[in-house]
Amino acid sequence: MLFYSFFKSLVGKDVVVELKNDLREPLAPLRLGVNRPRVCLSCQYLNIKLTDISVTDPEKYPHMLSVKNCFIRGSVVRYVQLPADEVDTQLLQDAARKEALQQKQ
Amino acid sequence: VSDNQQTTNTVEEPLDLIRLSLDERIYVKMRNDRELRGRLHAYDQHLNMILGDVEETVTTIEIDEETYEEIYKSTKRNIPMLFVRGDGVVLVAPPLRVG
Repeated sequence: MLFYSFFKSLVGKDVVVELKNDLREPLAPLRLGVNRPRVCLSCQYLNIKLTDISVTDPEKYPHMLSVKNCFIRGSVVRYVQLPADEVDTQLLQDAARKEALQQKQ
Repeated sequence: VSDNQQTTNTVEEPLDLIRLSLDERIYVKMRNDRELRGRLHAYDQHLNMILGDVEETVTTIEIDEETYEEIYKSTKRNIPMLFVRGDGVVLVAPPLRVG
């Protein structure tokens, strides 16, 4: 529940989603630079909907040039790079402690 | 004073050890020869995490065509704030001190 709520707070913010693909080129994974990520309703899956995307390395992934919006299955995400100043670290830490407590019960 | 609240000071299960590392720098070993070093801000039971001030190290092995020796190369990059999906995490530890 924690990260679902966290992603909801990112709606409308720019993020870079790095996917797990690239067994052949581990140093150049598909990175989508994005505006307005929207989180889908499946909280346990953390699927992501991105609008107005751009690919960080279009030469490697020309087939994504015409894609403006996409839906990403949560399981293929490796990282989401976040704007540091949009993140309340104190709030996150407190929320993580609460979540850990709830998990034990 | 609430009787329902359980004190969170006891370490009972492995995830409690991670709780002790909140707001501390940690080392994370991941799949595909990746390592992260950063400050832990949040985690959950899947080991999804949010790390701040992260340094990612990706290690690759190149084979020399002629000598067939293995050359280890590592690539580092810095990311100010990062969500890490838990299914890529292999190990979580305090930062390693390289002697």
